[in-house]
Amino acid sequence: MRREIPLLITGIVGIVLVVAYFIPHFPFNRMADWSADWFSIVAAFAIWLGALNLFRLSIENVVKRKPGWGYAVVIIVCFLISAGVGFIEGRDFRNPGSASDWIYNYVYTPLSSTMFAILAFFVASASYRAFRARNLDATLLLLAAFFVMLGRVPIGDMLVGFLPEHWRLSDLSTWVMNFPNTAGQRAILIGIALGIVSSSLRIILGIERSHLGGD
Amino acid sequence: MKQRCRNRIRTVSLLLIICQAVVSSATSVFAQSFPVTDSTIASAHVEAQVYPVPPDAAPAPPLSVTAGDTPDDAGGSLTIRWDASADETRGKVKYYRIFRAPNVGGRPGEFEPLGELPAGTTQYSDGKIATRKGFWEQVLHSTDSAAYFYKVAAVNDSAVNGTVYWQAQSESEVVGPVRSSAQWFNFQRINVLVGLLLLCAFIVYYIERAKAGKPIFIRKIAGLEAVDEAVGRATEMGRKIFYIPGSQDMDQVQTLAGITILGRVAEMAAVYDARLEVPVSRSLVMVTCREVVKEAYARAGRPDSFNEKQVHYITDDQFGYAAAIDGMVVRERPATIFMMGLFYAEALILAETGNFVGAIQIAGTAEPSQLPFFVAACDYTLIGEELFAASAYLSREPRQLGSLKGQDIGKGVVLAAIIIGILLETLGVYHFAQLFKVIGY
Repeated sequence: MRREIPLLITGIVGIVLVVAYFIPHFPFNRMADWSADWFSIVAAFAIWLGALNLFRLSIENVVKRKPGWGYAVVIIVCFLISAGVGFIEGRDFRNPGSASDWIYNYVYTPLSSTMFAILAFFVASASYRAFRARNLDATLLLLAAFFVMLGRVPIGDMLVGFLPEHWRLSDLSTWVMNFPNTAGQRAILIGIALGIVSSSLRIILGIERSHLGGD
Repeated sequence: MKQRCRNRIRTVSLLLIICQAVVSSATSVFAQSFPVTDSTIASAHVEAQVYPVPPDAAPAPPLSVTAGDTPDDAGGSLTIRWDASADETRGKVKYYRIFRAPNVGGRPGEFEPLGELPAGTTQYSDGKIATRKGFWEQVLHSTDSAAYFYKVAAVNDSAVNGTVYWQAQSESEVVGPVRSSAQWFNFQRINVLVGLLLLCAFIVYYIERAKAGKPIFIRKIAGLEAVDEAVGRATEMGRKIFYIPGSQDMDQVQTLAGITILGRVAEMAAVYDARLEVPVSRSLVMVTCREVVKEAYARAGRPDSFNEKQVHYITDDQFGYAAAIDGMVVRERPATIFMMGLFYAEALILAETGNFVGAIQIAGTAEPSQLPFFVAACDYTLIGEELFAASAYLSREPRQLGSLKGQDIGKGVVLAAIIIGILLETLGVYHFAQLFKVIGY
């Protein structure tokens, strides 16, 4: 029963939502929204499972002086301050000038932006490795990337200003992005779409049940 | 005597109605042709003497106006169609103005303008109509509550730099009353239904074939072949295996695919006695992964080796999650990192850090924008559909393999359709491509 009931719920909800896609009449037209609402409600309650797990493990790391326990102290302090401020301010936590707003603007946003900014350096290091001309494929990738990047900046067209109007680097760059790139992306997307249908069918029919904890 | 009085009253009423009709038709022709200083009719009379309307400015009215329920929808919408004014090609129609009136005892009430559409338009969908509200009322009644009348006017004006000096319009005949209704089947999506049923039929057929014991060939997927090697490497080096099931929640099918692969990886880790750690970014994913890993350890005959702290929550925040995992990777230097699921911008941040510490990395995602990053930074990458095929591939379970085969046949059909479509479009036959047009996305 522990596995049959979730399988039954999955099957029924899956089939109903697939059928609802083809039925515009009420209540079928609202079922996808209602499911999303229910998911949000369940996920909102479940956040406590995660938060408590994080808090418990962090306290344990500090108590047992595990390697890197200093980071756990930072987590506990930030957790308590953020949660405490949020509870004290209640519904007003989003108001401009509130303490939560200050934490969001001056702590959370800069930290997130910093992490996001690091991405630029990672793109550079990954590109350096990917674009090394080790074989034919990598060489083609290198050439395509070189021309696309050069075609996206004004100096690219300036360098080849002697070429006819529609044969410049910006045109080549647009062509590479619009045709070979789009064709490749679509091929992947078609495979993904079929994979999703097949996966969903396996889950709805109960053939795939690994996510429920077993075969 | 009474009869005479009634007859006189009728005659007077009739005369009054005729007078009213004459006056209203005169005002509809002349009053709306008065010059205006902006697009509102109210100010038309102000500048009437300054900017007279040219005598032939009024365009011919739109013809064959029809109004009816918008097909294949949930109700709450009526569609008005018309044939273009005969003066549209002469440039005398700037736009069409749609009017609507409520149904008052089978006759139109007061008409109100709904909106204006540029010349060349021949259709308007009115979605601002009264609908039924109650739950059972909506379930039991397909037809909406109110009926409406419509008319369409072809409008010509002399707009210069946004200022309208004169405006002339000709109205069509009134159509109605019409009422919207909800349909029980969306015929515009019938092609999706046929495609879906066809694909399901292929999958079910090959599942049955596989169950009957017929051999099924599945091509090798390098990334999945390397799973054994990656887990074994972690055991030999005595370091951890990190499994990252994406940064999104359980409502994403990619997360489900990632968790499915986790079950196989956890089983191998249990068999090899490798240390597995699963940091997750969603509470529901944590609960599910914990259950999956626990069952995998039990299947491998090592239930005691499972520790629920192996699967732990970090944060829902995208970059907070990436920062935490980066820190763990740099400090603990895992031998193997699996990244299977839905990733966004954090994909490269995670993969490059793993690459930096020299971990063997196997990644898989169906997010096309992140695939190049994984290909550049990881040792093996499951591209798109391979992520969904992984569970069947690793389990070798006949029914799952059958579904993969069915999926491949579906891909073959799509490929054939694309080739036929390209040929027909090249030859100037455009109807075939229309068969694949999907409404509602």
